[in-house]
Amino acid sequence: METVTLTVKQVPDLYLECENVNPDAFAGKTAEQIAKMGAYQGKEISTLGEFFTIAGNAGATAADTKIVINGDCTKMKYIGAKMTAGEVVVNSACDMYTGSWMKGGKLTVNGDVHSFCALAMAGGEFTINGNAGNYLGAAYRGDWRGMSGGVLRVKGNAGSDVASFMTGGTMIIDGDVDIHLGTHMEGGKIILKGNANRRVGGQLVKGEIYVFGKINVMMPGYKPSGEVDLEVDGTKATFIDYTGDLGERHPKRKGATVYGHLFMKK
Amino acid sequence: MPKDVTDVICPFCGTLCDDVVVTVSDDNKTILSVKNACAIGAEKFNHQRLPGRVKRPRMRQPDGTYKEVSYDEAIDWTAKMLVKSRKTLMYGWASTSCQAMSIGHEIAEKVGGIVDNCATVCHGSSLIAIEDVGVPSCTLGEVKNRADRVIFWGCNPAHAHPRHMSRYSIFPRGFFTVKGHKGRKIYCVDCRYTDTAKCADTFIQVQQGFDYELLDAFRTAARGEALPDTVGGVPKEKIYEVVEELKGGRFGIIFFGMGLTHTMGRNHNIDEAICLTRDMNDFTKFVIMAMRGHWNVTGSGQVLGWQYGFPYAVDLSRRDQARHQTGETTSVDLLNRNEVEACFYIATDPGAHFPINAMISSSKKPTVTIDPHINCTTEISDVHIPVAMVGVEVGGCAYRMDNVPIETRKVVEPPEGMLTDEEVLTKINNRVDELLAKGGA
Repeated sequence: METVTLTVKQVPDLYLECENVNPDAFAGKTAEQIAKMGAYQGKEISTLGEFFTIAGNAGATAADTKIVINGDCTKMKYIGAKMTAGEVVVNSACDMYTGSWMKGGKLTVNGDVHSFCALAMAGGEFTINGNAGNYLGAAYRGDWRGMSGGVLRVKGNAGSDVASFMTGGTMIIDGDVDIHLGTHMEGGKIILKGNANRRVGGQLVKGEIYVFGKINVMMPGYKPSGEVDLEVDGTKATFIDYTGDLGERHPKRKGATVYGHLFMKK
Repeated sequence: MPKDVTDVICPFCGTLCDDVVVTVSDDNKTILSVKNACAIGAEKFNHQRLPGRVKRPRMRQPDGTYKEVSYDEAIDWTAKMLVKSRKTLMYGWASTSCQAMSIGHEIAEKVGGIVDNCATVCHGSSLIAIEDVGVPSCTLGEVKNRADRVIFWGCNPAHAHPRHMSRYSIFPRGFFTVKGHKGRKIYCVDCRYTDTAKCADTFIQVQQGFDYELLDAFRTAARGEALPDTVGGVPKEKIYEVVEELKGGRFGIIFFGMGLTHTMGRNHNIDEAICLTRDMNDFTKFVIMAMRGHWNVTGSGQVLGWQYGFPYAVDLSRRDQARHQTGETTSVDLLNRNEVEACFYIATDPGAHFPINAMISSSKKPTVTIDPHINCTTEISDVHIPVAMVGVEVGGCAYRMDNVPIETRKVVEPPEGMLTDEEVLTKINNRVDELLAKGGA
């Protein structure tokens, strides 16, 4: 695997749209060619070379390409967005849309990310070694398909509207979340190690949410239906199984109604 | 001799009352009196004759004072600012005509601006919910003629839309609602006992920030499922009772306002209310409508939606594609994050409504305001271009809160030499063309 190292040499005045910073766009390019790739700052198109020092050539394919980014990326949007293979490591906090629409590969952010990250993520591994903002793994505005595959891990806390319209994949959050976790969820699995503020699983159709901590206010549409012993992300414990959201429509499978499940650790 | 102008459209709120009678002076220059309008609407017309109106553009001087300049000078300054800035916020539009908006959008496409309207601090969250789950709605005429279950959720038309209740929602006798108020059951859900609540048959006092839970409880009850003893401070018996009454109606409507859009969860509250409306259609006819504020904010959503597919916060910085993301391309976020280089405000007053930090950020950028009046925003602008009042001194198309287009009427002549929004924007557009042809500012 070939490694391309980007080092931020100039922090943009406005926010830089780094749609080209991913293994798919870099594949088969030399450091010089990468430096000439475009990046928008408002309506003005600049080159990546103006903002980054670029060392190393990319591999022949995305899968053979690793990108390491050093320096202050807090004003960089779309890093690793739409990547399908390869690896990206960012040693900084990042702005919006980091890892959004990613389909494969491995993305690691050693810092915080802003809102709208992992939006409609369909595959791959995304690890955030910091906190995440709002709309993590949610759907794009107006879309009914949020995160649908892959594994998303957050070491810190996440904001509100996390995993809205989630349809598949696994999301593991070690810290706490704010309001609206898994709203409109239609599949997939959320493991929350910390506490949730309120409105967990509102309008949830299908899918599973595991909460290790507390929920400030439980949604009225959830009903306890027994206790189960489960192993969740390496932890064995007894969980109370709530079915819901009983206010929402639910599909039928083989004559039986399919409900979503909210497991609260005892 | 003074004369009456009848069937005037009131350019104040989203109700767009169309039965106002305005008496104007013989020379067609002064409004003498206003009939049929509410107190706020009448004031909008009466503003026209107030002394001290700014009649020519003003430009900020190095010492901080304003100096009168010509329209051409102000337009040239504005066009240069728009062409130079890499990202411009073009906010407002809610109190101008759809024709003016469309010219503004043409400018925005050329200069890569971000077009946003007052929905961003008002019913924007309703629009997000509509993007997410759609909306079963109707016209206000249908409400007047058919509705027998009317819910006011988190809105207070008695103060914000004063003639709404008498023209459409509570008191009028319609084709199928011949008994008027007596034939309707009125519900008010609010965290306070408002003046609208005084007109309601049933008042449900919800704990602040518990609308989402209560709406979910209504949906759960409609499906016949069990509920906890109380939800948001409302006993479950009350919830079951109201749901049964709603199911028993022939035509139900939910009107909602800032109590849903600007409390915890915002768009999710509307989303849940729309889903409740959808669910109630399993039992009877049910619709939902946003109580839009500014008289033509709906029009801005319509024009933007028709041209770009998004109703507000449309980012045209890529010129060949429109992008929209509430939280990113919305005015307050753009200003708070310092994501724009210049501000262009038209037909609204963000200075009076935006959070202070956003306006502090705005005040540090080149700013142009196009507005008939002196307001909080003109005080932090570099250029203030006064224009004729749309709906009073010039006509134009507007959309009522139920998305019905209504052509507003000119009642009096604007002050001599004063341009309209359309004229100013056309001149800016032409100047932008000239600058771009020369290769920039």
